[in-house]
Amino acid sequence: MPLITYRKALNEAFAEELSRDESVFLMGEEVAEYNGAYKVTEGLWERFGSKRVIDTPISEAAFLGLGVGAAMMGLRPVVELMFWSFAYVGFDQIINNAGCVRYMSGGLINVPMVIRGPANGGTSVGATHSHTPENLIANTPGLKVVCPATPYDAKGLMIASIRDNDTVCFMENTLLYGTTGEVPEGSYTIPLGVADCKREGTDISFITYGRAVLTALEAAVILQAEHGISAEVIDLRSIRPLDEEAILNSVAKTHRVVLIDENKPFCGISSQIAATIAEKAFDELDAPILRVTALDAPAIYSMPLEKLQLPTPERIVNKALTLF
Amino acid sequence: MTTTTPDSKEVAQAPINLAFTSELKIAALREMLRIRRFEQQALKFYNQGKMGGFLHLYIGQESVAVGAASFMNGHDEMITAYRDHGHALAVGMSMEECMAELFGKATGCSKGKGGSMHFFAPDKHYWGGHGIVAGQVPLGLGLAFALKYKNIPGCALCFLGDGAVNQGVVAESLNLASLWDLPIVFIIENNGYSMGTSLERSSAIADCLAERAAGFNMKWSVVNGSHFYELRATLHASMEEARTTLHPVLLEIKTYRYYGHSIADANHKKYRTAEEIEQYKKNHDPISCWQHQLIEEGILTESMLESIDRAAKEEAAASVAFAEASPWPEPSSIFTDIYSEVDSASDAGRTGVHFFSDLS
Ligand SMILES: Cc1ncc(C[n+]2csc(CCOP(=O)(O)OP(=O)(O)O)c2C)c(N)n1
Ligand SMILES: [Mg+2]
Repeated sequence: MPLITYRKALNEAFAEELSRDESVFLMGEEVAEYNGAYKVTEGLWERFGSKRVIDTPISEAAFLGLGVGAAMMGLRPVVELMFWSFAYVGFDQIINNAGCVRYMSGGLINVPMVIRGPANGGTSVGATHSHTPENLIANTPGLKVVCPATPYDAKGLMIASIRDNDTVCFMENTLLYGTTGEVPEGSYTIPLGVADCKREGTDISFITYGRAVLTALEAAVILQAEHGISAEVIDLRSIRPLDEEAILNSVAKTHRVVLIDENKPFCGISSQIAATIAEKAFDELDAPILRVTALDAPAIYSMPLEKLQLPTPERIVNKALTLF
Repeated sequence: MTTTTPDSKEVAQAPINLAFTSELKIAALREMLRIRRFEQQALKFYNQGKMGGFLHLYIGQESVAVGAASFMNGHDEMITAYRDHGHALAVGMSMEECMAELFGKATGCSKGKGGSMHFFAPDKHYWGGHGIVAGQVPLGLGLAFALKYKNIPGCALCFLGDGAVNQGVVAESLNLASLWDLPIVFIIENNGYSMGTSLERSSAIADCLAERAAGFNMKWSVVNGSHFYELRATLHASMEEARTTLHPVLLEIKTYRYYGHSIADANHKKYRTAEEIEQYKKNHDPISCWQHQLIEEGILTESMLESIDRAAKEEAAASVAFAEASPWPEPSSIFTDIYSEVDSASDAGRTGVHFFSDLS
């Protein structure tokens, strides 16, 4: 299988779907002529033209809402947010319109749209550009949330998201765009709501998603090498729908769990998963459910300090060791 | 940029420009040069990896912030977007605190918490530095509202880009400003591009953005940013109008940025031609235009210019030394400056749990 970047994997997913389905179009700031602020849509405007790959002015509320309306008419918009942080300008369109119109119409209307872009801290761009809104979005029944960690998952999940009949909020990561992995050529899908065990283990479960998967894997290597502890790493891949079964099975196997994500702790994704485990697998636990999340403060600019704000392998190892 | 005519004699004879003393004319040049030299140093050290995130340079646009700040009367308030270094220096923030902020140091104007896009100095009537496009515009409205509410005889200066005008909140703000008679001057710094998108590709009416004000029953005008006399006269009149009549004004200032949108913008010679950039530098650079004007008037000599420039360069270099020598913020500072009540350990700040993780 070819070794390609996460960025390229997404790009291939768009090319596949643009070729396959006339109703798919890409839209966003700088996605066409500029090739995307992070080059995720590189070459697509040249190949598919201005009808299918569309540059917008800086008007997030308008083009997100346009996406909802077009999706109601049966098109399949893939709307890029240069940063997910900019979604806040168009939150009404995402939450009230994309999120609620199907319900309020008694199921008469679908919104088969993908809203995508990077949602991460860790790049010293300050608090307003470092939001991770997966928990905010997943709090709205009607919206789906996907956060892939690897190139393989990114491509398969993107194709599945574009074909999905509901609005999928697809959260990427600027720090992952350059990472590489093996990715099949051509089209394939990964169903939303299916987690992936990225490393098998017997002593403790790390439940995680997004870039934190890579951090958790590093921590697992350290735990094994330095402490003889075997950690299992479960990559959720999709936040809503959520693969509860994979979580509960892993907990039943290891009896210890640390939840790891780059989301904030308060009502973050880890809060929901902790509740799930407490409600459904309490008897399996040999120790409290612990979490390693982004520190509970706005993203700081200062470079060395920002590194401390996101989960590090060291923080995960230390947290895990307290359970033994 | 379309026109190349220098400031007309008439504009130079406008009362506000007649009152413009030689010292103040030189001071304006000094301010513009300070901004340019500061940013050139910032660029050098950004490229050496000393700074994180984005660096949006103001080089090419200096006359705008300097012109506007020069009329601030102690009651006026200023706010802008992320291309904020020039405005910061123009209102009197020190190069040291600004450079240290870029370096992410504890001595920075925001203690290393905000970075390049987020400079603030409320004591100098400067309210940032805002990273979300057009996010500052309704805040500017709020500054004006507060001035009027408190009967303060000032106005708010609210800067935005040519791309920002297409955010919905700008239309909402223009309407409110006019409807409620708020003392605000909206200043569109039209540098022709929003990232890689030319005005022609972002605005349905591309040859005039200020005209949008007409739809809100608001006065507007368009000025060339490299004609400093004209710029000053217009800014002065608009600020006076806002202060005294409480009517808002919308200005569009034609200007240009030499560098990419940010230094990470590797495409900036693809969406515009090298000739276009050169043409502007050669014929419209606000600093050289003003220099020539002052030399022609016999106010400035080559040797004066050299010494002003040398001082600006030295000040910029010293600010780098200051930033380099400054300490990083303490890790514990991650959790300060979030809630005022917690920082002041008031009853409110000590009641209930405010934070849900610690550094361990
Ligand atoms: C809501 C929002 N959308 C997009 C961006 C990304 N972005 C930052 S600056 C910019 C271009 C703005 O152009 P303009 O308003 O002309 O200002 P200039 O950069 O030319 O000073 C874009 C698209 C952002 N910061 N915020
Ligand atoms: Mg612009």
